[in-house]
Amino acid sequence: MPIHEKNLIRPENLKTHENLTIDGVNVSGHWSTFIAPRVITDYNEKIEAEISALPGGEHINRCWQCGSCTNSCTVNAVNPDFNPRYWIYLIRMGMESELLRDKDIIWQCVSCNKCTYACPRDVFPEGVMKATAHWLELQGHTPKSKSTIFDEEFTEQVVATGKIEEGRIIRNFFTKTRQPLFQEWLIEMAMRVARHMPVRLGFLMGLSTVIRPRTRGWSKARDAITDYVNEQEVKQRQALGLRENEGKTGRQHEN
Amino acid sequence: MKTEYKRVAYYPGCALEGTGHAYNQSTREVGKVLGLELDEVKNWNCCGAMEVKNVDPKVQTYLSSRVMSIAANEMGAKVVMAPCNGCYHNLKKAEYDLSHDETSRQVVDRISQQAGHETYQAGQVETIHALDWIKQGVGEDELKRRVKNSLQGLKIANYYGCMYTRPRHIFPEKDQGGGSESTSKPHFMDDLLAAAGAENVDFPLKTACCGGAHVLSDSDTSTKLVLNILQAAELAGADVIATECPTCHSGLEMHQVRAEKVLGKKTHVKMMYFTQLLGVALGVSPRKLSVHENASDPLELLKSRGFA
Repeated sequence: MPIHEKNLIRPENLKTHENLTIDGVNVSGHWSTFIAPRVITDYNEKIEAEISALPGGEHINRCWQCGSCTNSCTVNAVNPDFNPRYWIYLIRMGMESELLRDKDIIWQCVSCNKCTYACPRDVFPEGVMKATAHWLELQGHTPKSKSTIFDEEFTEQVVATGKIEEGRIIRNFFTKTRQPLFQEWLIEMAMRVARHMPVRLGFLMGLSTVIRPRTRGWSKARDAITDYVNEQEVKQRQALGLRENEGKTGRQHEN
Repeated sequence: MKTEYKRVAYYPGCALEGTGHAYNQSTREVGKVLGLELDEVKNWNCCGAMEVKNVDPKVQTYLSSRVMSIAANEMGAKVVMAPCNGCYHNLKKAEYDLSHDETSRQVVDRISQQAGHETYQAGQVETIHALDWIKQGVGEDELKRRVKNSLQGLKIANYYGCMYTRPRHIFPEKDQGGGSESTSKPHFMDDLLAAAGAENVDFPLKTACCGGAHVLSDSDTSTKLVLNILQAAELAGADVIATECPTCHSGLEMHQVRAEKVLGKKTHVKMMYFTQLLGVALGVSPRKLSVHENASDPLELLKSRGFA
């Protein structure tokens, strides 16, 4: 496997001039390449406190940058830019613009908990990744990721009925993320499953799309959970200094 | 042997009523043959799976605690058995949170009271996996005596996935030496299948991740991770990957198809729940174990090797 090369100087900061003379010295061409000065002026000191206020991010302050999380990371092995250690560093330093360079991949954490297993300081990096992805969405830096849409669809169903019905979640998820349900591999999968499916099971699965499985006497639990979730949402929005409808996730529970 | 595992409260969970139907069926069949009794948890609810915690972890703790509360307070059970890794993990996590975190206790108490049932108190029940149930409720010696159809010659890669061993702090009974389960090199499934006569191959990705959390929301990553697992199993010489989690199992099967259709990488290894393999060894018919429901179609393999 090739070693991942990371250029410390980003290509856009390398400046070469075709025709430039400074103080009578010709500095044109490749041999006189300049590096644009790197001055960080946009520290956002609030980031660490804001991410700490979101579920999962509570223990980010314990990190001592050993890198065990990145070293053990499942996603890092697929995409070397996925670097939890570095993001924790940026968050604690308040280097917002650097963090935002990776805003579109942070949500890809697969929650395998290898980092949490390896972490010697109990930072719970898996939780920090979720809190960071949540923070990016609440602050409006990224739209809701597919993962968040899936989580919310799932949670809505559990809160509403106490149970889930897989087919319904998949259909709603594909509709909400505007993906076609009829993709070649999905059709193939459905056919392989249907090929040997007993009639009775097929009937029951069809029935459960009409009569949703539910836990009996769930309505009180549903209301209690909804109250709690709404309260937490208000607290989190206050901690992030958001106004009434800014970055609103719009969680609504169906009956 | 633990006699308290002979009769346990059974928490199948949502997946085992849907895509993991075969796991439910085969778990019940194997229990019947081995004389292990199951009392299904009455009117159970979803444990929160891998999704609810991303909306709010304390809600997940409540959902899992309600299941344990019913088992303990309404059924008088001492042991809850969950075959699904997700359910097992979440019940263990709730147990840990409720015994270590005051805020979790307060939130669970508040929601439980409003929902009108008794609050679960840490320590009321012990949560175990189907692997613990068979390994410690019956044991390899007894299992060997009952094998009618030895799996001799069948090469198996045992795949445990993430949630059975990580993070380790929620599994205080593991890594205790003396034959207890290991979080870095789990062996309970290997032990049981070896007792059933199968040959376990040296499989390095036992606890690798299949990308189950993003099986649909980030399919490309999941396909890469699954393909890695399938290819490693084939390289190790496995005919079958034994699974013990419905999410891993359907993830492996789905992305085996997707890898073939989207990336053009075809793999031939079959996926079977470990309970299906044990059932075959114990002489239960593959139909009763719902082997025909597996999308990777292991029935042909079993027939060609004379196991069915």
